Amino acid sequence: MKVKLLFFAALREQLGRPTEELELPTNVNTVAALLDHLRARGGEWGRVFAPNRSVRAAVNQDMVQSEARIKAGDEVAFFPPVTGG
Amino acid sequence: MKIAVQREDFDLGAEVRAISKNDKIGAVASFVGLVRDVRMTLEHYPGMTEREIGKIVDQAAKRWQVMDCTVIHRYGELAPNDQIVLVAVASAHRGDAFAACEFIMDYLKTRAPFWKKEHRAGGGTWVEARAADDQAADRWKQGER
Repeated sequence: MKVKLLFFAALREQLGRPTEELELPTNVNTVAALLDHLRARGGEWGRVFAPNRSVRAAVNQDMVQSEARIKAGDEVAFFPPVTGG
Repeated sequence: MKIAVQREDFDLGAEVRAISKNDKIGAVASFVGLVRDVRMTLEHYPGMTEREIGKIVDQAAKRWQVMDCTVIHRYGELAPNDQIVLVAVASAHRGDAFAACEFIMDYLKTRAPFWKKEHRAGGGTWVEARAADDQAADRWKQGER
């Protein structure tokens, strides 16, 4: 299934891209599984998504926890804890 | 209700007047956040930002009497002393206006998807989230006020 990934702030800079269209295997159907999938790319991906780094996720523009489901066509965003205001 | 995420500056007086037109309104509380010390770039997540701020305002309106409300948050390049954010709440009485304004601001700091990058002589640095901001938002859950 195809999903759209978005990266913001420090993650966007470190990964060198703001967005990516990605075809996922059917068993990658939660945010946690997607994180494992991205981490497995190695290099910068392993560092950005290292378990000790604080990364937040949103699915279709709603903040979610890592157990949240993802489905075809979803917009999944990853970003650091927010610092507005 | 007005929620705006914009590059442009805003005029506090004009925004307060715009939500003061109903003669049942007896109080408008407003907060303006400014850039301190250093030049910065503010990035946000278009679409989600407006949605998150909308949810925060809805929560405030369930808890206090909010007769009108304006939230403006800027993004892009900002210099020391520039205005970053405005929260203004209109209500019949000051208690609701003060509380809702502070609640919206505290949640905005921890929920709205904005990120600050500070530009100092050595280069740009992304600002780290502060535990104190999480604690400020959490106070509202514990019924301390």
